[in-house]
Amino acid sequence: MAEHATHIEGLAHHFVSMEQQKEAGMIGMWLFLVTEVMFFGGLFLAYTIYRTIYPEGFLYGSHLLNVTLGGTNTVVLIVSSLTMAMGVYYSQKGEPKKVMGFLTLTLILGLVFLVIKYFEYASKIHDKLFPAMGWYNPETTGAHGVPLNLQQPVRVFLWIYFLMTGLHAVHMIVGAGILITLILMTRKGKFTKNYNSPVEISGLYWHFVDIVWIFLFPLLYLTGYHLSVGGH
Amino acid sequence: MASEGIIRSEGRKNYLNAATTVKSWLLTLDHKRIGLLYLFAISFFFALGGIYATLIRLELVTPEGDLLTPEMYNRVFTMHGVTMIFFFLIPSIPAVLGNFCLPLMLGAKDVAFPKLNLMSWYVFMIGGSMMLYTMLSGGIDTGWTFYPPYSSIYSNSQVTIAGVSIFITGFSSILTGLNFMVTIHTMRAPGLTWFRLPLFVWAHYATSLIMVLGTPVIAITVLALAFERTLQIGIFDPKLGGDPVLFQHMFWFYSHPAVYIMILPSMGVISELIATMTRKRIFGYNFVAFSSLAIAVFGFLVWGHHMFTTSQSMYTGMVFSLISYAVAIPSAIKTFNWTATIYKGSVSFDTPMIYALAFLGLFTIGGMTGLFLAALGLDVHLQDTYFVVAHFHYVMVGSAVIGFLGGLHYWWPKITGRMYSEALGRISAIIIFVGFNLTFFPQFVLGQLGMPRRYHAYVPEYQVLHVLSSAGASILAIGFILPVFYLAWSLMYGEKAGANPWMAAGLEWQTPSPPPTENFTYQPVVTHEPYEFEQVPEIKQAREAELLRA
Amino acid sequence: MNPSSFLIQIPFFPEQASNFALEMDLFYLFLFALTGFFTVLIGVAAIYFLIKYRRRSQGEVPEQIEGHLKLEITWTVIPFLISMVIFAWGAKLYYQMYTPPTDALEIFVTGKQWMWRAQHPDGQREINELHVPLGRRVKLTMTSEDVIHSYYIPAFRTKTDLVPGRYTTSWFTPTKTGTYHLFCAEYCGTQHSGMIGKVMVMEYSDYQAWLRGVPREKSPAEAGEQLFTSLACSNCHLENNSGRGPSLQNLFGKDVKLANGATVKVDETYLRESILNPGAKTVVGYTNDMPTFQGLVTEEQVAMIIQYIKSIGQKQGSGQTATPAPAAPAPAAQEVGRPAAPQTAKPAAPQGD
Repeated sequence: MAEHATHIEGLAHHFVSMEQQKEAGMIGMWLFLVTEVMFFGGLFLAYTIYRTIYPEGFLYGSHLLNVTLGGTNTVVLIVSSLTMAMGVYYSQKGEPKKVMGFLTLTLILGLVFLVIKYFEYASKIHDKLFPAMGWYNPETTGAHGVPLNLQQPVRVFLWIYFLMTGLHAVHMIVGAGILITLILMTRKGKFTKNYNSPVEISGLYWHFVDIVWIFLFPLLYLTGYHLSVGGH
Repeated sequence: MASEGIIRSEGRKNYLNAATTVKSWLLTLDHKRIGLLYLFAISFFFALGGIYATLIRLELVTPEGDLLTPEMYNRVFTMHGVTMIFFFLIPSIPAVLGNFCLPLMLGAKDVAFPKLNLMSWYVFMIGGSMMLYTMLSGGIDTGWTFYPPYSSIYSNSQVTIAGVSIFITGFSSILTGLNFMVTIHTMRAPGLTWFRLPLFVWAHYATSLIMVLGTPVIAITVLALAFERTLQIGIFDPKLGGDPVLFQHMFWFYSHPAVYIMILPSMGVISELIATMTRKRIFGYNFVAFSSLAIAVFGFLVWGHHMFTTSQSMYTGMVFSLISYAVAIPSAIKTFNWTATIYKGSVSFDTPMIYALAFLGLFTIGGMTGLFLAALGLDVHLQDTYFVVAHFHYVMVGSAVIGFLGGLHYWWPKITGRMYSEALGRISAIIIFVGFNLTFFPQFVLGQLGMPRRYHAYVPEYQVLHVLSSAGASILAIGFILPVFYLAWSLMYGEKAGANPWMAAGLEWQTPSPPPTENFTYQPVVTHEPYEFEQVPEIKQAREAELLRA
Repeated sequence: MNPSSFLIQIPFFPEQASNFALEMDLFYLFLFALTGFFTVLIGVAAIYFLIKYRRRSQGEVPEQIEGHLKLEITWTVIPFLISMVIFAWGAKLYYQMYTPPTDALEIFVTGKQWMWRAQHPDGQREINELHVPLGRRVKLTMTSEDVIHSYYIPAFRTKTDLVPGRYTTSWFTPTKTGTYHLFCAEYCGTQHSGMIGKVMVMEYSDYQAWLRGVPREKSPAEAGEQLFTSLACSNCHLENNSGRGPSLQNLFGKDVKLANGATVKVDETYLRESILNPGAKTVVGYTNDMPTFQGLVTEEQVAMIIQYIKSIGQKQGSGQTATPAPAAPAPAAQEVGRPAAPQTAKPAAPQGD
């Protein structure tokens, strides 16, 4: 029978060493993030094409969005990336209490983001600015200062907005789940100075979701910011 | 010794008899068992796809649509395409042979993420079950390409569920590709540098690149289609400001690289088969390795050659056509290199070699007919005709499936510890070759004559060619069914195989057949180039035996 | 005698009935010969090697050959050069096929599940058939009313998709009289294989006679003129540029400058977009006030209006930039994004079809 090597805490049996295991984890996460870039990429492609066809529609559509809420969310996410990075740093130092603190802070900030997002969506749906089935009402956009002959392009902008930010929000929810898991694992004392790659790998994911938002915010919210139209 | 089932093989523990409960299979983390789980799954879908194909060829024997209603026929050809592409071809070699062989070839104990590996199988099964549900509740009739506005507005079939099924199954592909790339990067045995890797590994690395980069795009595309269909958002609907051709761009951005997912692993298999069966290092190893990467990269830049007649700009078409010719060159290089490997080799004609030779011929025709289609002007006449159908069956069946079968026959002794009947193996391979050509060569002529594809009924002047094609299909079917029987028979009664029955070079042959769960009972260390047949112990033994006899 | 006509006697090719068919068949034969050559080359080499180097003893190990750089380069460069030749020939043929001539007989085609409608310039209509004159250039302007279809005439070797929401074109010169198949070549639903028809090529005099014989409704241009008035287009698009919209006299085929600085050519696609999505491209010097007629006019009505606008634009040559005279009531050039008064005018009810 195969002899048992001395069991190293946290080393999976098919890996030869901790270095190999950590390297595998890091490359794996980076590869996964590449797939996420391609996943969002399809929507960015749609955005590019439709914005080229409907430049004015996108201006008016963007103006319908609430820049204050969007901007707040941007700040919230950037700060959450900072707290996440701090969590990773302290996990490498082997200080679990600080790790728990920073991860919890990150989680709270993520939840704040989602709550603000909820309010944004609710207000749009309430205003019948949701481009699906019979919910979309051209007269509503007219009330927001959109010329009648641009209501279709604005509708296009709106579905792009909902799809892109919706997909992003789904990723945030998954991120929140990951953070909860990490917090529980830290509580159980799973992470040490020598074994903390799950925290670092999750940090990569969180930073990625943050970066996607940093692209979404100017493309969606700031495009029409300079328009001065009656309404918002 | 009386032959026994493989469950009790001389008392030695291997991965098959290590544990025999159902739970030990369904919760296994062993890449070899996961490979077998995939083998059962994809074989089922291949059989299903084959039943659809049978219905198609039966219907097309007569010009009238007299076997199936138009609705039924449209569903049958759609399900044939969807089942064969997403649930058989794309997983086939990587998920079965790749999963089984890669860690062995690398001298590793398993893939980098065994749990993700098992998860990828469950994800596949969930997606597959959803597709089965789609089939049982009427199927879809949009063609496997799902073009809107038909698929988003006019079709009254289960498009949304089918789309979600493909979305889910795509993750299986992504996880497999990710696993393979990390494994190849980080888990090679000491001494196994990149240019000492078998070409099978290079091919799978290139394939994994495509799986990882391309599959997310089909995911977002079917997701968008699902939203379009359920919520009438207007993404692809011109009446709401959308663009139906945008779908085609997004769809083909994945689906063209997807065909390279299907062919590259097969090319990797062929490299192994030809090397072993001619006892020669593959001629131009570096060129073949880099060609795999080139195909993967260039393959992402040619998707518009499926859209030459869709009113995309003429100049766009020219760019896509030009790059399509560039991507054909690495395939040509490989074909020449394989042929040159036979030169001054020591050729044996075992079953795997018959398959490899069939591949060589059929891939040449399939690849070169791609040149016809990449030519802008000519594509205007041939697009959406049976010429395209013939072309892609030559590369998908005549090359990819043949490669899969060749690989299955080659690694069968390693996987099961048994040999199958060599005579039956060779006969089946030849039946498949003959049946395949008879089925699909007439379809080139049909397309050239103007017969469009996806036609349930046709004008009578095309009948003779269709009858030939259907006759060929019945022969092909026999060729595909025979292996099921003699391979199953071999599990119980086949001759027991040694560690290296083909006298091949490669780490997977330096461990018993079937291998133990941990693959190797020692830590492999690689000290020489791949395909070094001088070093193969079984060949050395055979040579000594001959010298003694002389 | 050309080799491909011989092969038509053996049914490997459809009849050659258009100006493109001969070249396409020769191109096909060239590729066939090339494929045959390489297949035979590899086949013969492989078979020869397989026989000559078959294994004679179980223990033999042949001399290992790494490769041969010159050979690799040769069989990379030569296929590459050959494929560039193929590309060039294909591109040239494609360019010719998709550059419709300006002086062609224009027929408007609509496809819908599962039939074809063609309308000749003077209003004659046909269903699932297409009559065309021998030796004259014919241009089809096409669109779909529902899903994507494709207009494929194997004997002409032409094929172009019909995409809902835009116009596509196909052109040819018929070179042989006779009746040929017309197939839909983009899967479009249940009766896709039933969406077939006939193309009849006739001598020019016979074509004229046929035209006279078909019961004629108004020509599309006349119908378009009626719509132009009934939909109140004429209220804004006054002839002397003094209205809220630019004059459409002599406009077709010219280039116009847009408010965002770009220049666009006034063709069928631009006119269609201006009717259905007017805010997309606003002409410089005008405000974005035009209402959209999306949902208020059918594709055929749009085509008729376009025919009318073409008919009032035939007098002068194309290529001149149309500069609007300074608009009197509307304010002078606005930047993109600063509209004038909010939209209040409602579009008039459409003419029944």
